[in-house]
Amino acid sequence: MARVRLSGLHKHYGALHAVRGIDLDIPEGEFTVIVGPSGCGKSTLLRTVAGLEEADEGAIEIDGEVVNDLAPRDRNIAMVFQNYALYPYMTVFENIAFGLRARKFPKPEINKRVQEAAELLDITEQLVRYPRQLSGGQRQRVAIGRAIVRDARLFLFDEPLSNLDAQLREEMRAEIKRLHQDLGKTMIYVTHDQVEAMTLADRIVLLRDGLIEQQGAPLDLFERPETRFVAGFLGSPTMNFVPATLEASDGGLAVRFAEGTTLPLPPTRAQAVRSRAGSAVTLGVRAEHMSRANDAGTREGLAPLNVTIDLVQPTGSRTYATFNLADTAVSAELQAHDVRGPGEKMALLVDMNRIVLLDPETDRVL
Amino acid sequence: MTAVAPATVPVYTAPPWYRRAKTWQMVARYAVAVGLTIIFLFPVYWIFIMAFKTPEEVFASPPIWAPSSLQLNSFRKLFQDGEVISVWNSLVTAGVSTLVAMFFGTICAYSLARFRTGGNNLAIWIISQRMIPPIVIVFPIFMLYAALGLIDSFFGLIVLYTAFNLPYVIWMMRGYIEDIPLELEQSALVDGWSRWQMLWRVVFPMVKGGLFATAVFAFIFAWNDFIFALVLTRTEVTTFPVKVTSFFGQQQTFWAKIGAMSILGTLPIFFAVAALQRFIVRGISLGAVKG
Ligand SMILES: Nc1ncnc2c1ncn2[C@@H]1O[C@H](COP(=O)(O)OP(=O)(O)O)[C@@H](O)[C@H]1O
Ligand SMILES: [Mg+2]
Repeated sequence: MARVRLSGLHKHYGALHAVRGIDLDIPEGEFTVIVGPSGCGKSTLLRTVAGLEEADEGAIEIDGEVVNDLAPRDRNIAMVFQNYALYPYMTVFENIAFGLRARKFPKPEINKRVQEAAELLDITEQLVRYPRQLSGGQRQRVAIGRAIVRDARLFLFDEPLSNLDAQLREEMRAEIKRLHQDLGKTMIYVTHDQVEAMTLADRIVLLRDGLIEQQGAPLDLFERPETRFVAGFLGSPTMNFVPATLEASDGGLAVRFAEGTTLPLPPTRAQAVRSRAGSAVTLGVRAEHMSRANDAGTREGLAPLNVTIDLVQPTGSRTYATFNLADTAVSAELQAHDVRGPGEKMALLVDMNRIVLLDPETDRVL
Repeated sequence: MTAVAPATVPVYTAPPWYRRAKTWQMVARYAVAVGLTIIFLFPVYWIFIMAFKTPEEVFASPPIWAPSSLQLNSFRKLFQDGEVISVWNSLVTAGVSTLVAMFFGTICAYSLARFRTGGNNLAIWIISQRMIPPIVIVFPIFMLYAALGLIDSFFGLIVLYTAFNLPYVIWMMRGYIEDIPLELEQSALVDGWSRWQMLWRVVFPMVKGGLFATAVFAFIFAWNDFIFALVLTRTEVTTFPVKVTSFFGQQQTFWAKIGAMSILGTLPIFFAVAALQRFIVRGISLGAVKG
């Protein structure tokens, strides 16, 4: 088990500044997911920790020891790669044993450990086969098996599931999470998939253009994003962003859209943004925080909004209804039978306790 | 439950005119193929039977297409006169230079491919060395070798063939190495292998096909070289292509010897290609995709 600390980490590829000053503290045994859009420097960061890239600046500490100058093999790290990185000319057994052989484990010990790992991952039958004879999911298990036989102190995963189809991805995701629970090892997991990040992480580190945009527990980031980027990146469908102004009304504050509609802010929310009254804001609201108004009455903080639906997308359990607000297409997640079809006029309720208000200039949450 | 009748699949039968046209097409194709094969193989056949003919049969007119008996006299004479040593000379020079070029060339190629040694231009510069026509440099090299005392030495020829094969080996191996997924190498490094161990355990098995294919071609180049061997050797390390030409005399041409020597000189290549055929076909096609 290992504690990892990165401080002031920079990495350039020629003129390209891929990692631009990362400070990160990863406690022992934690499952940290580094997530961000493709090209933001996730892999580079991970590979720098592994020693496959050299940091231009900054320190990588594992268990209090600076490892910048250690070769990858001396860092005692295990890594699972996106394309499995299985050796096509070796059997599954040899693939899993490869790292043990490098570290000169005695033969009986190798046999024992490979068998154990194979049983844990349910690939005992495949041990005598070659990688090309395996399915994608089995290959991924072999890759994971190769990582876990070795007692590494730190596990790195670089998008290990992105080559699998949707169903298999869910299965393997659960398996990786269980593996973490069983082994209790420190794991750093890189992905561009926010669902993977949310479901796996003890802590999410959201990366953008080589910098940490925000980090915290998954629900923390989801419910209290600090920037538009974070709010938009996490959650599916993407959060709706609508331009508006903040205006004083009846002693409180309300969000006013270009066409004149207003949504009053509950007093608790209004407190924080009082100084902004009269200025432009961006309203961020998630599809699931809007619902169809019904006769059951309203709760505190639900604001009515009259809309005309122009697009309906049923998914089975829920239906997405799109309407226009301040020249922006906004999507609301409704009960499956709440909406009949395009053109329907209806009253929605917006949960004003769950919205975010952003400064349109800086895209930071107010 | 109701029994389901097995579905009957209609069998498509081509109309007779179509099948007839097809048949003729096949006949024509085979005829052309057989014709071309005969044209290409005839010289080989001719040199082959010449080695087994008696001197009278060689010059017989009309020519004898198939000798009545296989005479081994020409081969015996090659051994008796000691001329067969030239095949050994060829084996040594081509073999050693191929091994040396493969070893250093592969290491260079790895450096070019993975460490970006010399940026994008060094690789082009290296392969351009191979494009120089040998005749252009053979006389300067002769002067150099004369000064260094390397004329007619194994060492001299081996160095020269190695120098000529290195660019080719580097170029080819660079392509094969670049085709190895980087993750395979990196995974081994993280797993606990040093870079050299990783080269042996990952890179070598991954490029084995390309390595053998490249080695065969490098060997063939050195084996077939005529111009360097002609100019840079005299008596000690005469290679077999040079030796063959010495049988064309002013008074007399020893056709039977030429035939026998040609067979001896073709055998090593024949065996090399036969043994490594699997790799060569794949190696060439890989190279073709790489362009
Ligand atoms: N070996 C490399 N050479 C040059 N540029 C690279 C290299 N690896 C990555 N990059 C660039 O660095 C940036 C970050 O890449 P990467 O860390 O792979 O992103 P991610 O894994 O988040 O998709 C990208 O713009 C990518 O093109
Ligand atoms: Mg990546």
